[in-house]
Amino acid sequence: MALLQIENLTVEFETATGWFKAVDGVSMSVEKGEVLAIVGESGSGKSVAMLAVMGLLPWTAKITADKLLFEGRDMQNISPAERRKLIGKDIAMIFQEPIASLNPCFTVGFQIEEVLRVHLGLDRQARRARAIELFRQVGLPNPEERLSHFPHQMSGGQCQRVMIAIAIACNPKLLIADEPTTALDVTIQKQILDLIMALQAKNGMGLIMITHDMGVVAETADRVVVQYKGRKMEEADVLSLFESPKSNYTKALLAALPENATGDRLTTVSAFFDGNPEPAPGVNA
Amino acid sequence: MDTMTDNTMLEVRDIKRDYELPGGLFKPKKIIHAVKGVSFKLERGKTLAIVGESGCGKSTLARMLTFIDEPTGGDLLIDGQKMDTRPGHLTPEMRQKVQIVFQNPYGSLNPRQKIGDVLGEPLAINTSMSAEERRHRATEMLKKVGLGPEHYNRYPHMFSGGQRQRIAIARALMMNPKLLVLDEPVSALDLSVQAQVLNLLADLQDEFGLTYVFISHDLSVVRYIADEVMVMYFGEAVEYGTRDEVFSDPKHEYTRTLFAATPRADIESIRARVARKKAATAA
Repeated sequence: MALLQIENLTVEFETATGWFKAVDGVSMSVEKGEVLAIVGESGSGKSVAMLAVMGLLPWTAKITADKLLFEGRDMQNISPAERRKLIGKDIAMIFQEPIASLNPCFTVGFQIEEVLRVHLGLDRQARRARAIELFRQVGLPNPEERLSHFPHQMSGGQCQRVMIAIAIACNPKLLIADEPTTALDVTIQKQILDLIMALQAKNGMGLIMITHDMGVVAETADRVVVQYKGRKMEEADVLSLFESPKSNYTKALLAALPENATGDRLTTVSAFFDGNPEPAPGVNA
Repeated sequence: MDTMTDNTMLEVRDIKRDYELPGGLFKPKKIIHAVKGVSFKLERGKTLAIVGESGCGKSTLARMLTFIDEPTGGDLLIDGQKMDTRPGHLTPEMRQKVQIVFQNPYGSLNPRQKIGDVLGEPLAINTSMSAEERRHRATEMLKKVGLGPEHYNRYPHMFSGGQRQRIAIARALMMNPKLLVLDEPVSALDLSVQAQVLNLLADLQDEFGLTYVFISHDLSVVRYIADEVMVMYFGEAVEYGTRDEVFSDPKHEYTRTLFAATPRADIESIRARVARKKAATAA
């Protein structure tokens, strides 16, 4: 049984000009211990699809799906109380802006201990011990001291480490990382990616890596889903995606990479992809 | 100017910038050395890329090159002319030669200003052109950067990130500068849009003979666009040379760390990684 199974997921928002489909009939699944990368530009619906799974979208969003199963459990008709038990424990998420996603009014120690209290019901001493252990695991120096620090006292990379520590606090079965390194420097990006991959391998988590960076995909993914304008363009294992991309859009994306430049101008996506969001043959949209 | 040849657009000699943190009653004053003596020379029509992590002083350097910040030491020579960067000593002619494009196109345009006014403003301030002429110039520039005359009366929120960055580039070009400082111009953009903006920059460089100082942390972009590369680390230039020198034979430890940290998207390294993972799971 797949860890997460999504079939024909559609997310719509009402706008002045009618319903806008942010995600349009997307299907995908993640197995235990697998790394799935979702690639796409901004507006391709890659984050929205995952927010729908987490139930984090505003009530104005209309979510429909044939199947939305986590460990065989239906996530669509789950009660809010049940969902709160699941989110943060079995499914955890890391967001793009580490400094913005931590609460500036509380110490990072309070914020990580909150998760441990709500989901695991640990007492004060056990919480503190576990928090220190988690901070050590994500490579924060002086974890005992760090607990009483506020987010603004830390750098972006350190805040992201705190976010990761919070996300893995309850040993989740599925970790969703939404552009976890976009706001960070290259050297820090490398450290954070290495950390996430090491934790993934150690805990055997399913990992969904949402990104727009083909380099990150190449370094982390087992399987890749390419999205464009809310539709799935292609799904392939990482090697065949880079070696022999099927859809025109993927071909265009790879050609637009500066390292693949031939001649003195880059190939732009529009040069051989006219923006028509038709999936390549063989992809069930 | 014995060291200057006709072809040198920009020369920087041992430029420094210190920031003073005021002390308190019991706290002594503290001085931060943001840029600790950087020197380089850049030829007309070439591109110098400055690479480094956040806090290494690359944006401070950009602010000094564009006269936003006053250097605390060193010389700045543009077009063979020594710039007097003291406040009040800069002439409009000097300012016109250098323009800057900022990183975030969502923050660098006034949301209440129409695009036409964004582009016309530098002309209105610095020249005595008539409104009609300004309008004509702005429309021409819009076409140059791949937008149309119909965009003249629109507001920034009506544009996508890539289009806004085009507008910011157009605004920088309105005064016919010779040197353009680009502070991470594509790092906020999607891959496909990034390619378009990089192509636009290359086209404009050919057309106007512009000299670029291109600040970036993305090595694949730098490798594509730069003629010369400078790597900065804690306010110092630790590596400086032509693109091929720096990329084929990095001298400094930090440059090597930077190269090693850059994600690789070539098929061989993916294959190697997939094989490693297979071996690890089988074991």
